[in-house]
Amino acid sequence: MPALGADMTEGTLLEWLVHPGDRVARGDIVAVVDTAKAAIEVECFQAGTVERLLVDPGTTVPVGAALAVITTGAPERAPAPAQGTAPSVPAAEPVVTPLVRHLAEERGVDLATVHGSGPGGRITRSDVMAEVSTGASAAGGRPAPAPAPVARAPRTGARVRATPLARRVAAESGLDLATVTGTGTGGAVRVSDVRAALSGTVPPGRPAPAPGAVVARAPVGRQEAMRRAVGDLMARSKREIPHYYLSTTVDLGAAVGWLRELNRQLPVSERLVPAALLLKAAALAAREVPQLNGSWTDRGFVPAEAVHLGVAVSLRGGGLVAPALHDAADLTPAELMARLRDLVARARAGRLRGSETSDPTITVTSLGDQGVEAVFGVIYPPQVALVGLGKVVERPWAVKGMLGVHPVVTATLSADHRASDGATGARYLAALDRLLQKPEEL
Amino acid sequence: MNRDQALALLQEVLTGIVPDADFGRIGPDTDLRDALELDSIDFLTLVERLSERAGCRIDEDDYPRLTTLAAGADLLAERA
Repeated sequence: MPALGADMTEGTLLEWLVHPGDRVARGDIVAVVDTAKAAIEVECFQAGTVERLLVDPGTTVPVGAALAVITTGAPERAPAPAQGTAPSVPAAEPVVTPLVRHLAEERGVDLATVHGSGPGGRITRSDVMAEVSTGASAAGGRPAPAPAPVARAPRTGARVRATPLARRVAAESGLDLATVTGTGTGGAVRVSDVRAALSGTVPPGRPAPAPGAVVARAPVGRQEAMRRAVGDLMARSKREIPHYYLSTTVDLGAAVGWLRELNRQLPVSERLVPAALLLKAAALAAREVPQLNGSWTDRGFVPAEAVHLGVAVSLRGGGLVAPALHDAADLTPAELMARLRDLVARARAGRLRGSETSDPTITVTSLGDQGVEAVFGVIYPPQVALVGLGKVVERPWAVKGMLGVHPVVTATLSADHRASDGATGARYLAALDRLLQKPEEL
Repeated sequence: MNRDQALALLQEVLTGIVPDADFGRIGPDTDLRDALELDSIDFLTLVERLSERAGCRIDEDDYPRLTTLAAGADLLAERA
């Protein structure tokens, strides 16, 4: 169970997207995991063949628990070994003797996950056997896999289309979504369909819930969990991170004018919103001031090599997630806009990927659409800075002694005083301002 | 497209963006962006789907008219 965000301690396996015998590559989506915040698609970190699945759908396990066994590099089972594991992980190759490697292969143990207790981190025979026994106890300690109590997508791979709320209500009531006729867009199952189906059925092994009770309880459970997850993380942030705050007003006359001209020539689907330019500038500024882009660890600040820009997305019905736009500084504003739309849509539909929720290097929160002019955010641990963008408003603005009306935005920075000082933060906001004066270069 | 059709289309497209939108609470002159918590990306999606479904062009200058059901329906009825 990977940690899909700093605030995650356990996860519920919702669905396997692979089966024993399937070949998987690094980055393949292999499972869907439910956290307190959202259903998240888990990507495989290892190429190989799925040997065994250790966790049944519907089971909640702590972060770090083994979910499945993947066999790597066994030549007789790997039709295309050349493109698989060998070239991709030479640097991380654990120190190991051929004999131990053979044992690990035989027992289906991924050596990359084994902690070496021998000299120089060498993995010994007993390390492998320990790994085998923990894996076995995780699998063997559980009763024979009973039919999963939660709704499960059919094994054919065709996932039932449903809204997240419908999915949740169905799961909590033990209703199989595949049996529900969807009335939403493209036949998607909506929560009203689930409720209609529920009012006609009594889920096996449970007292018949009054439809009203299901309606009231399901969303509240999710919201409470979300509230707690956000609260825990933010409490940790305020407890551990000595925040300092900076604010500046940025003239967006050039940027808004440039966007307006551009959008006039574009079909709606390709139009940009000011947020795309602001995010691009925020990412470029983070690259210019690397002291703010990275994570705080036991050993101090570790700068990140790329800028993975976290974007705070508020969810309908409350709560928020801040998934990453990967390599945001290298995207054109148009690409960034397309990725942003995709990310927001998937965040709200509850289909984010693990890599997106776990690795932002700096986050931007934008409350402009909600009408506030300035937001001083709380840093997402282990990041060390958070950029706040307010509403774009028209204000009197003096340029070269002349007063005019310009669109302006209040940009703020909350930063970790352990990692940087105010002078560094000031350089960030100055860079953001400078970049936004030349929108055509973004 | 007459005005009733325009209003129905607007509500349908909004429901696609905000699945649990409750139009019982939204009057003809209520600001949709506030009532439905539409952000700028949702709003762009609204414009995109409306211009697709109604087959008409909607420019940025028209955006202010899409902020309420009444004005939005008028705009669509004029254009399509």
